[in-house]
Amino acid sequence: MAVKFEKISEGSYALDCTGYVCPHPQIYTKKMLEKIKEGDTLEVTFDNPSSGESITAMCSSLGNEIIERTQQGGKIIFKIRKAA
Amino acid sequence: MERDAKKKKIWALVIIGFFALVSIVTYAYNDYYIYLSAYLWFGLIYGMCLQYGRFCFASAFRDLFAVGVPRMVVGIMTATLFFGLVSSFVTASGFSTFHASPSGIHSMIAGLIFGIGMVFSGGCASGSLYKAGEGNGVALLVILSISVTQSSFADLGGWLNYLVPASWHASALSKNLPAVINVGDGWLDQYLAGYVWNHPTVTFAKLLGLKNESASGAFAGNLLVGVIIPALLMLAVVYFIWGKKAFVRDLLKNKGSVSLRDHFTGFWQMILSSKRTSLAGLFLGIACGLQMFVIEGLRIKFGIRNAGEILTRLGSDFGLSVRGTVFDPGYWYVTTQEAQWVGWVMHKLGWNNMDNIFFGYVNGIPNPALNPADWMSLSLIGGAAIMALMNNEFKFKKPTMELATWAIVGGFLMGIGSRLGLGCNVGAFFVRVSNGDVGGWLFGLGMIGGAFIGVKFFNWWTERKMAKELAGMEI
Repeated sequence: MAVKFEKISEGSYALDCTGYVCPHPQIYTKKMLEKIKEGDTLEVTFDNPSSGESITAMCSSLGNEIIERTQQGGKIIFKIRKAA
Repeated sequence: MERDAKKKKIWALVIIGFFALVSIVTYAYNDYYIYLSAYLWFGLIYGMCLQYGRFCFASAFRDLFAVGVPRMVVGIMTATLFFGLVSSFVTASGFSTFHASPSGIHSMIAGLIFGIGMVFSGGCASGSLYKAGEGNGVALLVILSISVTQSSFADLGGWLNYLVPASWHASALSKNLPAVINVGDGWLDQYLAGYVWNHPTVTFAKLLGLKNESASGAFAGNLLVGVIIPALLMLAVVYFIWGKKAFVRDLLKNKGSVSLRDHFTGFWQMILSSKRTSLAGLFLGIACGLQMFVIEGLRIKFGIRNAGEILTRLGSDFGLSVRGTVFDPGYWYVTTQEAQWVGWVMHKLGWNNMDNIFFGYVNGIPNPALNPADWMSLSLIGGAAIMALMNNEFKFKKPTMELATWAIVGGFLMGIGSRLGLGCNVGAFFVRVSNGDVGGWLFGLGMIGGAFIGVKFFNWWTERKMAKELAGMEI
């Protein structure tokens, strides 16, 4: 299992870090957010609960907005909009 | 999905019931087991706090350097402040179980190695325990790697003896340890007896010319100068470099300027930004201090100084050190008991590992089923599992080859760092700092340096992987 990056549509991307532990999900999320354009969205899937805390704090610090949070069993999905 | 969550809650109750049953049955069998149960219930509290607050020392500086998040530094400093406060009361009342360790540059080097390891493995020693309780297979591998590394490192001599400076060798021999310890053979033995033991134990109280056990030493020396001032300074640095960014950005947008008073508000907001972590830190700190009080109280009740005496009275004298002792810190600790259970297994398989200082002279290798510190670690995993199950966060995760490699390499480095530093992020940093031991801060500074190096490496590693994965994708 490896980290998966996907372009869902124009301005919408997905990052799947399922199975990965700290610090991988938060580092990949940060790097991916740096690469996409302002206003684009990134859907991050992970199953390492502590990464959720770090990603939330990181988004708040950088001004990115988590517009949707869902939890399916042990899987957590954050939809993040990059700050304009 | 709801049925699954309900099932998990039932499992959480089963775990609590199991630990309660162990305590009741063993106590009914013999009063002395209450001593082991005290370790067990404090371990359970630690596990619950760690999982609730996602409390991992590795993430403190790693997340700060990697993604600019100060959450965990705040949590750790909160826990340290409260542990320090309770410890000062316990010390001043004569109930402390803490003994300062020799301080020197070795503490910092050990911290550096440990810090790199904890970033590689994805969790510190205590973090790996609580993550194992969440069903994380990577964390289990880390624990195994730390345990095997320490246990082997404690007894390795042979060609490693050639790396021992002659002065260490001579100094170790001059300590006149019992012949059965064979202190002239083994790298770690000669490092400990020939180098580390020659360093002074330094507390902030001592530096100010005060006694640790006095109220002024405990509160003014060890708490105020040793914990509160450096912790606040560290938090202030973290705020000005990382924490203020979002706060100042919003303020400039709304108000146009930032005053000193605003910075105080921002600082306080940073402290409260992750309530879970801060709350966990608060409870963790108080519990750590109380454990010292409870264990010392039980020692007085039973008229003992070390759990080795309890094991002897229970008729289990296998694996006691040459002095009749076993590892019995009287406070939260992680790595030594991890080395012990592997040491016990290796001994059963025929490895004579009782001729070294770590096992043979100090900690012993008691049966893990009767090792108080092992009871604490197992219940810590249990406590974390309870919280994860209650919050529907428990999930069995098999490690991938990539993560398994990081877990083993990181665990190895943490194992080496732990033995060089006389403990891990808990025993060599958290407990020592909270009790005014200068060496704790030295280990901590090393850990920060190690985290920085680890993050630099991971940044390079992930960038390289992303470049491959994103090749051809138009962003």
